[in-house]
Amino acid sequence: MTEVLITETAVRAPQLTRRPFRLGRNRSRALRPWYRITTLMIGLTLVAFLVLVAVLAPVIATHDPIAQNLTAILQPPSAQHWLGTDKVGRDVFSRLVYGTRIDLRVGFLAVLIPFVVGSALGAVSGYFGGVIDAVIMRIVDVFFAFPFYVLVIALVYVLGSGERAIYLAIAAVSWVSYCRIVRAEVLVAKNQDYVVAARLGGLSHSRIIGGHILRNVIAQAVVYAMSDIVLDILAIVTLGYLGLGIQPPAPDWGGMIIDGQPFITTQWWLATVPGLAVVFTGLALSLTGDGLADLLAPERRK
Amino acid sequence: MLQRLSFIPLRIAQAVPVVFGVTLVVFFLVRLLPGGPAVALLGEHATPEAVAAMNHQYGLDGPIWIQYLDFLRNVVTGNLGTSLFYQQPVSQLVAVALPATVQLVLYAIVLTTIISVPLAALAASRPGRWPDHAVRVVPMVGLGMPQFWVGIILLLLLASRLHLFPVGGYGDDVAENLWYLFLPAFTVAISMSPIVIRSLRTAMISVLNSDYVDTARSKGTPPLHLFGRHVLRNAAVPTVTVLGVNVGYLIGGTIVVEKVFALPGLGDYMVTAIFNRDFPTVQGITLVIALMVVVISVVTDVVYALLDPRVNIR
Repeated sequence: MTEVLITETAVRAPQLTRRPFRLGRNRSRALRPWYRITTLMIGLTLVAFLVLVAVLAPVIATHDPIAQNLTAILQPPSAQHWLGTDKVGRDVFSRLVYGTRIDLRVGFLAVLIPFVVGSALGAVSGYFGGVIDAVIMRIVDVFFAFPFYVLVIALVYVLGSGERAIYLAIAAVSWVSYCRIVRAEVLVAKNQDYVVAARLGGLSHSRIIGGHILRNVIAQAVVYAMSDIVLDILAIVTLGYLGLGIQPPAPDWGGMIIDGQPFITTQWWLATVPGLAVVFTGLALSLTGDGLADLLAPERRK
Repeated sequence: MLQRLSFIPLRIAQAVPVVFGVTLVVFFLVRLLPGGPAVALLGEHATPEAVAAMNHQYGLDGPIWIQYLDFLRNVVTGNLGTSLFYQQPVSQLVAVALPATVQLVLYAIVLTTIISVPLAALAASRPGRWPDHAVRVVPMVGLGMPQFWVGIILLLLLASRLHLFPVGGYGDDVAENLWYLFLPAFTVAISMSPIVIRSLRTAMISVLNSDYVDTARSKGTPPLHLFGRHVLRNAAVPTVTVLGVNVGYLIGGTIVVEKVFALPGLGDYMVTAIFNRDFPTVQGITLVIALMVVVISVVTDVVYALLDPRVNIR
């Protein structure tokens, strides 16, 4: 999924230049604030809700998420167990709530390293060009040849499953997306007047990149990061499903789905509800990302 | 046209460093295993002498670049090592598993096209109106759905409850697989379509706004004819590109979906190999998949350049 979202951004990239203040843009902004603001607001509200659930998990959960009760296995939803119990009698609702905590945390944290590393390399690559650019872009091409899941799965295998391996594997695979996005933006930005002025003013390369260019181009990387968190959460859940992710008994949505799969015909909610939680999270972050994209780069939206 | 054909060797030449890079990554991947391949082979409690002997036997004690050249020579001759779990050459396993994966990928591409083109056309024909908004929001939900979960839900609804499709399995020939592989391919298509629809919608809108469409319209060309002959044709090129660029994502998706539907493809073998700590198989399959992606992207670029005379050949 990594490669995907990029293409769109990359294709559209040259259009974006942070134009100086212009009447036309302002007017179009005034004409359609509705869609943009509602999307962002709905997205942020949903994200805030999820964060709240994650933070307040101990308060919201009705049971201990890993406490087994072999006398009450596979129970249907009831007043005591809102979403029933799983195959070892754990409360599904409580596991779902605590799962928010784990999956959201890992998803957000996993984005940090690739965001920083990828953006930095992309900026350097685009700014200096020449040999540095050629080398970095060839490395990017190599990593793009590996399908996201294939390399993540292979890396988690060699690094050993668990949270640390997930962070490393995702970082190794997804920095390339940030690199491409930021590079494309920098290529346009570096010929802008403010950069030329900074260069004529005798600023060092690092100050120009860090203080001037990155500040202006990072918005696209931030927008992409929103959809990247969705990808990462999907990856974590998928790894959990394959048995390579968050290790049981810690509650993870992916693990809950594979636990529930054998009972899909009798206790269908066991496998479906955690998936709905993933979909809800994905929707919340996508709406936020879409809203942010409109807010940060309105001239690029058609 | 000649100039166009000369693009082919150029594009292939561009792919060469990528192929080298891919072999390097796969080569070092196994060296990331704690203790290296020998410890993975012998187990954690192997004596240092046994590890050293094993390293010597497989040439793992030589300089790293010699090891890499050995690895490269083996890959070129089609030797991907021997599976520890299946006890047969990895290349044979790949040969057995490849047809299922290839059929699934092709089927998924066909279904993705069938789903995406009409929806993108619907959205593009009335930009900013409610069908457009609907087509923009639905993909957001689609992008957030774990593929394996979609597969499980489809199995539950269409196979277990309604008995419309088989719960799993794999047919003997292509015709039977149209039936057996429908649900897995549909699962992949569901997660693939949102991306294709997005790009295609943008492409179609720009075609609809172009001068030649205006000309055709002013000549009184009927809308359906206009769409089929002018818009769809010109939007076909970006569709091919989008599919080509995302083929990695598509293949990555089949890996997981194969596990859900128990299909004997590359992904199924890879996951099984991982659980049996069978690193030669994991290494071999990773390499084959990455090389497949490189080849497909070269082919897409060439087809793209040959199809569209406006493509600027670098």
